[in-house]
Amino acid sequence: MNFSEVFKQSNQLCKVSPDGKYLATCVQYRLVVRDVSSLQILQLYTCLDQISHMEWSSDSLFILCAMYKRGLVQVWSLEQPDWHCKIDEGSIGLVSSRWSPDGRHILNTTEFHLRITVWSLCTKAVSYIKYPKACQKGIDFSRDGCYLALAERRDCKDYVSIFVCDDWHLLRHFETETQDLAGLEWSPNGCVLAVWDSCLEYKVLLYSLDGRLLSTYSAYEWSLGVKSVSWSPSSQFLAIGSYDEKVRILNHITWKKIVQFDHPAAIDNTKATVYKEVERRPAVVSEELSLHNITMVSTLFNTQSKYEICSLPVQIPVVKPDPDRANPKIGVSVLAFSSDSRYLATKNDNMATAVWVWDMQKMSLEALLEHTSAVRCFLWDPRRPRLALCTGNSKLYLWSPGGCVSVQVPVEGGFQVQSLNWHCSGDSVILLGKEQLCLCYMDTDQEENS
Amino acid sequence: MGEWRATAASMEDPEISSISHVTMSPSRHNHVSLYSLPLSKSSYSVISAFCTEDNVPRCITYVNQELSSLGLSMCIEAGSPEGASLNAVPAINAMYELLQIHRQNMCTLEEMEEEQLKKLSTLEHMQTSNSRLKDQLELLMREKSGLHETERQLQLKIKTLQSCLKTEKEEVQKLQSIIASRASQYSHDAKRKEREASKLKERLSQLLVDRKEKKLAIDVLNCLGRSDGKRSLWRTAKLTASHESEMYKTLLGDYEANRKALLLENAELKKVLQQMKKEMMHILTPRQKSTSGASAGDSQQQVDSDEAKAGDTSREALDQSCELAREQLLNSIRQQWRKLRNHVEKLDQASQVQNQMESNKETIPLETHEDEMERMRQEVQQCREFIHAQQQLLRQQLNTSFDDETAALLNDCYTLEEKERLKEEWKLFEEQKRNFEKERNNFTEAAIRLGREKMAFEEDRAAWLKNQFLNITPFTDRRRCSSSDGQSALSIRSEPEIRMSSAKAKRSKSPTYTTFSTPKPSRSSTVPSTTELYRTLRILSDSSPISKLTLLHGSFTKTDQLGYHEKGGAAAPFRGEHKQSEGFAGSCGPAAVLLAECLAGSSAHWSVLQHQPFQAAESLLLLVNYTLH
Repeated sequence: MNFSEVFKQSNQLCKVSPDGKYLATCVQYRLVVRDVSSLQILQLYTCLDQISHMEWSSDSLFILCAMYKRGLVQVWSLEQPDWHCKIDEGSIGLVSSRWSPDGRHILNTTEFHLRITVWSLCTKAVSYIKYPKACQKGIDFSRDGCYLALAERRDCKDYVSIFVCDDWHLLRHFETETQDLAGLEWSPNGCVLAVWDSCLEYKVLLYSLDGRLLSTYSAYEWSLGVKSVSWSPSSQFLAIGSYDEKVRILNHITWKKIVQFDHPAAIDNTKATVYKEVERRPAVVSEELSLHNITMVSTLFNTQSKYEICSLPVQIPVVKPDPDRANPKIGVSVLAFSSDSRYLATKNDNMATAVWVWDMQKMSLEALLEHTSAVRCFLWDPRRPRLALCTGNSKLYLWSPGGCVSVQVPVEGGFQVQSLNWHCSGDSVILLGKEQLCLCYMDTDQEENS
Repeated sequence: MGEWRATAASMEDPEISSISHVTMSPSRHNHVSLYSLPLSKSSYSVISAFCTEDNVPRCITYVNQELSSLGLSMCIEAGSPEGASLNAVPAINAMYELLQIHRQNMCTLEEMEEEQLKKLSTLEHMQTSNSRLKDQLELLMREKSGLHETERQLQLKIKTLQSCLKTEKEEVQKLQSIIASRASQYSHDAKRKEREASKLKERLSQLLVDRKEKKLAIDVLNCLGRSDGKRSLWRTAKLTASHESEMYKTLLGDYEANRKALLLENAELKKVLQQMKKEMMHILTPRQKSTSGASAGDSQQQVDSDEAKAGDTSREALDQSCELAREQLLNSIRQQWRKLRNHVEKLDQASQVQNQMESNKETIPLETHEDEMERMRQEVQQCREFIHAQQQLLRQQLNTSFDDETAALLNDCYTLEEKERLKEEWKLFEEQKRNFEKERNNFTEAAIRLGREKMAFEEDRAAWLKNQFLNITPFTDRRRCSSSDGQSALSIRSEPEIRMSSAKAKRSKSPTYTTFSTPKPSRSSTVPSTTELYRTLRILSDSSPISKLTLLHGSFTKTDQLGYHEKGGAAAPFRGEHKQSEGFAGSCGPAAVLLAECLAGSSAHWSVLQHQPFQAAESLLLLVNYTLH
């Protein structure tokens, strides 16, 4: 495993182009585009203000940089460095900006969710979509880029509009049976739309592309409900994480629950492997401390850790949430299927140090990774069943069915990994610190051999 | 009583001095004795004395009266008419009686006192126990009251808790209603606010539009082509229709794919079902064939055929895969499954029964047992030979391989191996040997018994000789009687099936031996009974002496076996007799037969004896020698 040198970045804005050739990073108001293989700067663009959002177009030709404070969006072309485009939303404000799947339109959400402005780069045409709903995930493009599902709120009722992305034609518009729609998500095959209610009510609705209600699922009533929803890449399963610390898996034929994954604090009867991160502090020599070499000291203070396989029973540290505060830190907030739909990784918020990996074939717990600090981010390799995690320290953690490993990022001055991004080939991971980034290259052949 | 006595005494106090009363209450005695004590201390005073010279007769009469009242018939008579003196004898007698009575009374008094003491002590005991029980009772009462109290308290608590519960429930209800009302209020407010917000948004957008902000603009250097390279189309009805059709196409495609996947899955499942069904049939049919013969399963067969039909129909129907066929298939599968389950259950039961049966009868058929024994014997023989050969070889090898050590080392391994094997064989051999030993013991026992019987026979012979001597002339009828007895006994034994079990037969044996086994004197004598006996013996021995003897040998060697030999019917009586002889020490059945055989064909017997190489054989030899003489 190799690591690149460290580059600067800000706002953790760093993205690899969809074709995997370029790496775009934002440093304050500058946009830097590098070649992924050589890491040499290809282009350097200067924006009008500090960039708050950056996004590649689907064809990897354009980069969108949004400056929400100024209500501005700037678009840069990789092929024609001279070409430029600036969209000003004016005093109406801007809270969100995104590409349409065709890479020729930009959807801007104005402040107070007054409307969504669709700007065409081809015709300079502008169109508005009114009444977008401000919610967890109110807008979703289908994976093939054909359709846009948008949650709307009119007269205190929830609606879903389905647009054809080609020409923004409204294909379907229907009211949903929700109290307060919280999110929607297309199935990967683009034929089913999952809609879920706000956390006050456990309700998941499944709509066909043509707006028919296929099924409704509700596990319980009264207490806080759905926290996260995720489709498996095969569209076969719909995983629903909820505030009762459980994940429920629905099948795609009857839309009934197949299995339910609990997240118990005490594990005493499982076939799963339990990995526990164990820290070892290296002995600090006082002479070296007196050198006042900050980098030295900081590297010295970097603790070494490794995974150890725990024997059962295992007790996972649980943080009891404050019942008086809103959005209690409890329940399954993150769900992620591996690219082959074989594994599901989950995180229960009141056991923030643990990541659970479930086997979707055996429908059982495959592994449990317990760390010394709270898990910030975990992402699956887009090609292999391999999970990368970070916990806000200088280590990268990797899990695969074969085993588990923690890798110290060999950067002087302490590189704290806040989040990470996989390269689309799965050969490298971009590690994002507070102000820095670094690439980690996987030795693919060795990994596969071992 | 004591008190009463005391009052009586006080009442009659004044009368004490005048002892004029003749008939007094019995309590008076006490007073007398009471008062006589202090009086006796003082000198004999006339006044206070009971009897003075003046009142002797009166005293006498009084005493008499008293005596009679006491139930003593004797009376004191005055010695003289004047009554001055007493007739000594009756007086003394009376006195003696009185003394006796007195002593008796004293005795009883003592007893009474003792008894009273006992009673007192028991009373005391009772009282203490009573008091203890009372204490206990009190304690229990206290406890009870305490428990009552606690119960009351608990009840009270329950009541309070119940009331608490009620209030809580009410509270919960109230809270629920509050929550509901709040929720409705909240939702109402939220809706109101949302409406306001939407109004505001509307207004804001309106205002923004009205202001016609210049800022709201797009600034593009040059317009881009579409990503697909096409030109954008006008919005027309055609276009919308095409969108619709596109959508339905995708949906259709999805459903198509779904259907295909389901079909595939269905086909797989069907295949599995078919296979399962086939296997089930396969399992079910041969079993029934096999069992139908044994347990007359006509109905079973019928069911079987029915099922086969159903299976066929279902198989045909499977391909059709319509509603009806599915039902049929399901039914047939269910039926078969049920049958299979029943069968398995039956099998379980049968296995249980079989287990029981096996535990009940662990006996092996006789023939196989015998065959096994024969085989084993042969094996043992072989083993013995083998061992012998090996030993010889070993010895040779040891002798030869002494000179070079390497060979010895090599051989050591072999020898070790060999030793192990030999040890095993030795063990086997030992076992066999033990068996033989047992048999031999049996045989020796039999021989000893024979010896004893021989002794008895000798004695008998002596007695018979004596008899012969004595009864040489007149008492023929008695002899005849005995001879007839012997005949009958022999005839009985000559029949193979009948075992000699009756005491009469046993008893009758001894004279028969005496008759036939003392050859010389009987031959010389011309008594018809003995000649008859001889004849019968000849007949007996002529019939099949050799076979019998060999069989006898067989029966002897196989004494440890309990099975009944069926090789030759003639063996049966021998065995029976042998057993009998074991049972009755006094009887001498086998010896007799043996002797009979010896007389009949000595050569055959010799052959037998050669097979019995041990002490018993020696004793037998002696016996035979003796009898041959």
